[in-house]
Amino acid sequence: MDLHELTILKALELIQTRAISSTELTKAVIDRIDKVENKVNAYITLVPEEALISAAMADQEIKQGNFLPLGGIPLAIKDLICTAGLKTTCGSKILADFIPPYDAGLITKLKQAGAVIIGKLNMDEFAMGSTNEHSAFKNTHNPWDLSRIPGGSSGGSAAAVAADMCLGAFGSDTGGSIRQPASHCGVVGMKPTYGRISRFGLVAFASSLDQIGPLAKSVGDCALLLKTASGYDPRDSTSVNKSVPDYSDLKANGLKNLKIGIPKEFLAVKGIDADVLRVINSTIETFKALGAEIIDISLPHTKYSVAVYYVIAPAEASSNLARYDGVKYGFRSDEAENLDQMYSKTRSKGFGTEVQRRIILGTYALSSGYYDAYYKKASQVRTLIIKDYKQAFNLCDLILTPVTPTPAFKIGEKIEDPLQLYLSDIFTISANLAGIPGICVPAGFSDKGLPIGMQLLGSHFQEDLLLNAAYNFEQATDFHRKKPDL
Amino acid sequence: MEFEPVIGLEVHAQLKTRTKIFCGCSTKFGAPPNRHTCPVCLGMPGVLPVLNKKVVEYTLRMALATNCTIANQSRFARKNYFYPDLPKGYQISQYELPIAEHGYLDIEIEKNIKRIGITRIHMEEDAGKLIHDPDQPTSRVDLNRAGVPLMEIVSEPDIRSAKEAGSYLRKMRRIVRYLEISDGNLEEGSFRCDANISIRPKGTSPFGIRAELKNLNSFKNVEKAIQYEIARQKEILLDGGRIVQETRLWDPAKSRSVSMRGKEDAHDYRYFPDPDLLPLVIDKEWIESAKNELPELPDARKDRFCKEFELLPEAAEVLTSSHETANYFENCLKQFPYPRQVANWVMGSLLGLLNARGISIIDSPISPAGLAELLLLIEQEVISGKIAKTVFDEMANSGKTAKQVVAEKGLVQVTDVSAIDEVVLKVIKDHPSEVKKYKNGKTRLIGFFVGRVMKATRGKANPKIVNEALLKHLSTNP
Amino acid sequence: MKISKNEVLHVAKLAHLTIDKEDVEKLSKQISSILDYVDTLKQVDTNCVKPTSHALLLTNAFREDTPKEHLDLEKALANAPKKEKDAFIVPKII
Repeated sequence: MDLHELTILKALELIQTRAISSTELTKAVIDRIDKVENKVNAYITLVPEEALISAAMADQEIKQGNFLPLGGIPLAIKDLICTAGLKTTCGSKILADFIPPYDAGLITKLKQAGAVIIGKLNMDEFAMGSTNEHSAFKNTHNPWDLSRIPGGSSGGSAAAVAADMCLGAFGSDTGGSIRQPASHCGVVGMKPTYGRISRFGLVAFASSLDQIGPLAKSVGDCALLLKTASGYDPRDSTSVNKSVPDYSDLKANGLKNLKIGIPKEFLAVKGIDADVLRVINSTIETFKALGAEIIDISLPHTKYSVAVYYVIAPAEASSNLARYDGVKYGFRSDEAENLDQMYSKTRSKGFGTEVQRRIILGTYALSSGYYDAYYKKASQVRTLIIKDYKQAFNLCDLILTPVTPTPAFKIGEKIEDPLQLYLSDIFTISANLAGIPGICVPAGFSDKGLPIGMQLLGSHFQEDLLLNAAYNFEQATDFHRKKPDL
Repeated sequence: MEFEPVIGLEVHAQLKTRTKIFCGCSTKFGAPPNRHTCPVCLGMPGVLPVLNKKVVEYTLRMALATNCTIANQSRFARKNYFYPDLPKGYQISQYELPIAEHGYLDIEIEKNIKRIGITRIHMEEDAGKLIHDPDQPTSRVDLNRAGVPLMEIVSEPDIRSAKEAGSYLRKMRRIVRYLEISDGNLEEGSFRCDANISIRPKGTSPFGIRAELKNLNSFKNVEKAIQYEIARQKEILLDGGRIVQETRLWDPAKSRSVSMRGKEDAHDYRYFPDPDLLPLVIDKEWIESAKNELPELPDARKDRFCKEFELLPEAAEVLTSSHETANYFENCLKQFPYPRQVANWVMGSLLGLLNARGISIIDSPISPAGLAELLLLIEQEVISGKIAKTVFDEMANSGKTAKQVVAEKGLVQVTDVSAIDEVVLKVIKDHPSEVKKYKNGKTRLIGFFVGRVMKATRGKANPKIVNEALLKHLSTNP
Repeated sequence: MKISKNEVLHVAKLAHLTIDKEDVEKLSKQISSILDYVDTLKQVDTNCVKPTSHALLLTNAFREDTPKEHLDLEKALANAPKKEKDAFIVPKII
């Protein structure tokens, strides 16, 4: 096996037994990037020299017997998580040259854990999109079929992990932005409970929904990354002061006593691909074989989740993105003759069409006379969705659903019809509205050989339960072992 | 037709915290541009606000002092608008659920108490500052002030005259200073006031169209601007015109206001709950402990001064005009327990001195203990009241204690009867014609003799003994 | 719910975005179709339902009133598109 193909857990074992060095591993990953990046386009910024310095430092630590949780592991970061001294663009022209003077809470933790940061990953601009076609810089291609989208908005993250261009990655998930590309690229992706990982330094799209999470080659890696990233941060008022369990303590000894609910509304969604249904059905069988009990449940209000989301997320975004005004940082149009022009020319040229569309939608939803009909109404229905989940988790431990209605589609196929694209977020969005954790695990392939994931949802702070169920499923199947042919 | 003004005031008081409302940057005034900033108050991407607890505690004090109902749960909201002094493109404020509502403040107008309703009190962040370069096509942005905590107090439209507005504001300022939560300085901008003014025919109840007046940066300006606005609206209505709802900027130099119409566009602030901040919950225990920590407020202190020290209301008013003055008074009383004498000296000589020097009582060159020592010397008849004023002035100039001054200048009062007798006899001997007139019934000449004796003793003779000695010797002298 | 071209322009102005003439029509159609879809929310009875702005019922996060280090002036201004000495520069505000 080539070094770049290693999982994090395996690589740590080899590094700690001094079978390989972090420098060798990091070099192997850089070579891999050199070889396939021109096909995949996963990275916005690469810092191989810095990565090799970090790797050499990690090797020094190891020599001294100092084993850090991620000591020497090359990781990559979605480009809307701030890295001090390293360009953080959010996939946007408006921040094309922005160099933050601070590290995100996540980055501080990763550095303390000895991780090697190899670069910043492509994404839909400000995480608005589910195809990576809305990056201001490049289209990322799905490693399984380069003519297809990798999903989004953490498309660069999922593609880089799938193509072995890093050992693991961190993305952000506002409505499915980790789980959906993980499904399309055949990797594990997790959105933790809202507040589990600090949002400090995560550039905001929709603050009440955004959550950082890991993308990994295996459930074990995902658990380790989550464990390292989790915890309270006094700089984020919404981060939760709750101890972090040992997520890595996973046991493949069956799932007896586990009740998994299947929401009937999710399988009644129009336009679910036959391949996706087949994968979900076989997943149900696997869980049954593992000893889990499968029950039918109902989440009656989740059918409104897309409508709720496309009010709340753009509304928050319209305000969050007001700071990009060309005054303190970022792009400023030089054609402006007065203040008004400085604002409008800067923002019209700096933001892409999808971002502008959502800003307009969100501004409208908050504007005088419409607030009650849109923002308030959506926030009320959100309450009902949360209630649905609460009731469901009284009946079952976890909920199993598809991640996306279809496997990855062709680049350019749906770019002209935003609503159709929004509707495909139906399975992932409600977890963000409810703040609950969700994980996507590879669960099969389409007829054309495209990966399809399944999603498990848990109650607040039930990440350990989710990971353990996902781990048992993974150990009972071999979808995660297949690699794209690049 | 007679018109009645209807006025509501919005006061913004800067809270005296060490750090800003949502970050650890200093709130100190006067640093060069952009030195008191960090990623949070610069509105950089991805950083988050965290609420300064002291801001809540201070606002809670004000809410309790103005008889408000404290919200069990309040929220921060975003007020969205673009301006270069507003780094995030929104101001974090409170909107739907403010920390406190439905309070009141009693003011005194021509000896009558009038109650002014307080609609709400909320917390918010200040904006930065723009510096306009007169000969450049640019403006400069300084974000030192961005994020400095403000407390906004909105009154009901209960105020009916410029005078009432002034009285309300002075009272409000006195309270924030008593609570030690704000400097309350209009001129330096730590206490700002906007006024909403309309007029209506007297005796009618619907409100007229209102104008909002901004930039009222001194008490004098507040009253002047309100008077100006009332007159302006009257003139328009009497001419058959209509008032336009608008914001007007007061120009203190020209003593007039100008419309800001056109410069504010149609504002639509799109308020919504700030998702970066959690709901603020203030439970009963918190309110109780805040109540217990509340200092005695101006009205209560004034009443107590009247009762406990038997002072006239006017005197009590002056002595409680600030908590520092009241503290000075009471500290002095601890060592010299005669309220009337202390009150007279504080209101007379001391406040006169401070006024003349333009300094605050906390910077007084004579401490409460120092003044008490001086008053004790009078009481013990070591010095006379008249000499005491000289001693007071010398204390203020030199910083010396009363005893030092008296000793150095030899101002100890002469109370030795035989010594005074000697002077008295000499004065009688030197003025035979006056003595004759006195004996013939012109007894008011006693004052003349007292004056001579005092002159001869350079004021140090005890007036009482002088008086007695004169009466004795004038009656017995042949 | 339909959003007219004028409303699109009004909202764009609030958000300080300039929309090209040829895009206004398209944008008003796209946003109208999204709003039509959002209107399905009208089917939900939300009488007496409290709006949620956070999924987790957390309250009261504070910091103490303790000063922290300021950002160096150089770093504060490092990303500014236009600066001068110690300030950000914007077109003159009249």
